[in-house]
Amino acid sequence: MSEKARARQRLLEQLLGPGEPELGCEECFAQLDRYVELELAGQNPEELIPGMRAHLAGCAACAEDHDSLRAYLLELASPRKLLRPK
Amino acid sequence: MGDQRARTAGPAERADPSSRRWLRRLRSAGGERDAAIAELHELLLRAARFEIRRRRTAFPQLRGEDLDALAQQSADDALMAILEKLDEFRGESRFTTWAFKFALYEAAANVRRRAWRGRELPLGPEAWTPLADARAGPDHGTQTAELLAALGEEIERSLSARQRQVLVALALEDVPIDVLAERLGASRGALYKTLHDARAKLRKRLAARGFELPDQRRRM
Repeated sequence: MSEKARARQRLLEQLLGPGEPELGCEECFAQLDRYVELELAGQNPEELIPGMRAHLAGCAACAEDHDSLRAYLLELASPRKLLRPK
Repeated sequence: MGDQRARTAGPAERADPSSRRWLRRLRSAGGERDAAIAELHELLLRAARFEIRRRRTAFPQLRGEDLDALAQQSADDALMAILEKLDEFRGESRFTTWAFKFALYEAAANVRRRAWRGRELPLGPEAWTPLADARAGPDHGTQTAELLAALGEEIERSLSARQRQVLVALALEDVPIDVLAERLGASRGALYKTLHDARAKLRKRLAARGFELPDQRRRM
């Protein structure tokens, strides 16, 4: 897919959203910690928290919050972190 | 009252020992609570600094001292939110994971608000009319061009003024939702509901016109 085609695909996604049942922002935030821990434990969080993945597809801000929490937990768990002096 | 007791007892029973210890210390009195609050604030500050470091390349106009003040402010805001919402901790994750999300959220929102301070929000028809011109562009005749052109028409024709304003800002102009919420005096959740309803209306209208709409679930 060309760069331009990808940009148009992204534009369509942003305009039309996920098109399936999804959580709202408040419930997404309420479930975010549980969802990310399940993900990092290798489980399928969508089975336990239906509608979350659709919301993360449709809401850029909540997707950023998700990515940040996931990245921070991974950072804390990284071996390099363990070697860093206090 | 029985229901209330059951609701507050549940999370404490579910939580891991470290999380239970956090809850106990934060609900205690005197020096133990003060020490727990100071310790928690330090953790929140580290999380806020992490988030701000991640975002600083996207906002080069923010200077070093601004960034550290933002981290401090974010940790303060997160601590206040956590202490207010302590009873909402469900014990379904570690307490620290639950707490970090507040610090990361506050840091991200503070950076976005600071970066957009003084900027005008582009909300007018110039944002969506180019969509309707897709038919005349180099992709003339393709399914995507037809769909984009129809979308431009339906944004103009089928949405309310409020739905159009919110959709254009969030989906076309990439205005952060918390920045828009602040400018319009609305909550993030209420704006997302407006966006959701606008998208649903557009999907319905386009389906009625015979367009096949893509499945756009986020691939995790």
